Amino acid sequence: MSSSGRILLSSQREGQVSRFRVWVIFAVPLAAILFQAYVPMFFQFLSFLEMPLLVVMYFALMRRSQISGLLLGCVVGLAQDSLSKNPLGVYGIVNTLVGYFAASVGARIDVDQGVVRLLLSFFFYLFQQVMYWVLARALLGQQLAFEVQKTLLLGVLNAVVGVSVFHFLDKLRETA
Amino acid sequence: MEGFLNRYRSITVLLLVIFAQLLLIAVRVKNKQDVRVIRVWAVTAVSPAARLLEGLRGGSTGFLHNYIMLHDADGENRRLREENGRLKLDNIFLRNELNRADRAQALAMFQARTASKAVAATIIMMGAGSNSRDVFVDRGSSVGIMRGMAVVTPDGIVGIVRAAYPTASEVLLITDSDFAAGVVTQKTQARGTLKGDGTPTCKIDYVPTEDKVEVGDWVYTSGDDRVFPSGFPVGIVKSVRPGQPFQDILVEPVGLKAAQEDVLILTEAVHQEIPDTPVNNQPIYIAPPPPNSNSSSPVRELPPGTVGTEADRLRTLYKTVGEQQNHTYGEGEPGSRPPDFSKLPVKPGTATGAQGGSPQPANPATPPPGTQPPTARRSNQAAGAPGGPPKE
Repeated sequence: MSSSGRILLSSQREGQVSRFRVWVIFAVPLAAILFQAYVPMFFQFLSFLEMPLLVVMYFALMRRSQISGLLLGCVVGLAQDSLSKNPLGVYGIVNTLVGYFAASVGARIDVDQGVVRLLLSFFFYLFQQVMYWVLARALLGQQLAFEVQKTLLLGVLNAVVGVSVFHFLDKLRETA
Repeated sequence: MEGFLNRYRSITVLLLVIFAQLLLIAVRVKNKQDVRVIRVWAVTAVSPAARLLEGLRGGSTGFLHNYIMLHDADGENRRLREENGRLKLDNIFLRNELNRADRAQALAMFQARTASKAVAATIIMMGAGSNSRDVFVDRGSSVGIMRGMAVVTPDGIVGIVRAAYPTASEVLLITDSDFAAGVVTQKTQARGTLKGDGTPTCKIDYVPTEDKVEVGDWVYTSGDDRVFPSGFPVGIVKSVRPGQPFQDILVEPVGLKAAQEDVLILTEAVHQEIPDTPVNNQPIYIAPPPPNSNSSSPVRELPPGTVGTEADRLRTLYKTVGEQQNHTYGEGEPGSRPPDFSKLPVKPGTATGAQGGSPQPANPATPPPGTQPPTARRSNQAAGAPGGPPKE
């Protein structure tokens, strides 16, 4: 949290760019993908978690770099696609957009605050679901039903989990 | 460019990455028709451009083609118009040649039949005066044309030579107000003076009221004027009005209608007889009636070979009756019993149409006036009949 307690940053330089070790950047997304792929096999109720989304969003918010954010989202999304029945690119596009916009938001908002992280997690979850629904209908021709209430509820749950995950990932940041 | 990329580097990378992933999706995904989306997208992206290009190309080509075609069509229309004009001129020329040939033949036959000597001439121009009714012909004093000579056609008189020049002559038409000629009606031999009055018709002056002149009578030259020889047709009486002391008679000339181009100038006029038979009632050929006809015309009872004049018909009739009674003409003594002519096969007066009780030619049939077919009239003219009926 910034010293002044403000949410909006007066300039991009005011926000502190978080740095992570390289292995963290590779290992955490990989772990998120593995979690998304294997944990629900054993814990069905955890299938609502979008761990890759949360990881992409976190790194993008914290690093405040649009390119790195979109590239990370692209890689994570393609990996997620590779492990799903979807054609390559659906989750890739969605997570790319999430990474880009998250980095853009992180450059202007103090994302160290818990409420901000909660709201951003909720928002980007909805954004991801909407984008996936649009792409599935537009590109894949799938007639998916968009359940608003369920989506909102899962968004809240993911946001809550996301705040916890973000707090955990903050431990992996390099200290200045 | 570099500055642009640096400024919009993030969004550029974003678009590139998304585009690459879209390609990935397109390559993998198939639509409902089992066609890969990349093909659908490619076709969808390319076909409008191709359609646009094809439209531009087709439109341009079509425009140029149509323009060239229209250009050719315009030229072709021009050529066809010119050719059509040439053909029309040729047609007119050929028709004129045919008419000229007919007229030349008629003139030649007329020249051969008439006793007068004539020089054929062609009308080359009209008189310049607005009220004058005169023409110029291409024969002049160099071929013997002299002032005062009569100008005629086989149909009738045309005018008189007013002036003879070396290579041309001026002809005063009979419709000119200065024209005058002696005429006589065919039926009643009423004499008068034909004068032009500047209209298409002429009038006959100095016909006494007591002379009987009827509408439809033929008028011939009388020869009294020492210009026109007698016996040339002049025209047909169109109206007769009584007057004091002379009648007002209008005549429709028949010679002017034929004098469109060619005329005859009589260099040596010879008087000829005025025909007894009206032109309309001259013998003409009529085809026999149909086989199933119920007509019981007494003409059938006439002996064959009676075509000719009234005298010939009567002679043949009486000869046939005499031969039936074994009578030999020229052998009987004076006072001997003549053949019985009271049982003629047909009475002479009933064999023809009644024309005031006068005998008619013993033709197979004589149509009423004005009903003769054009072919009969043509044959009538070709046979050299004097004058002939007026052209309709």
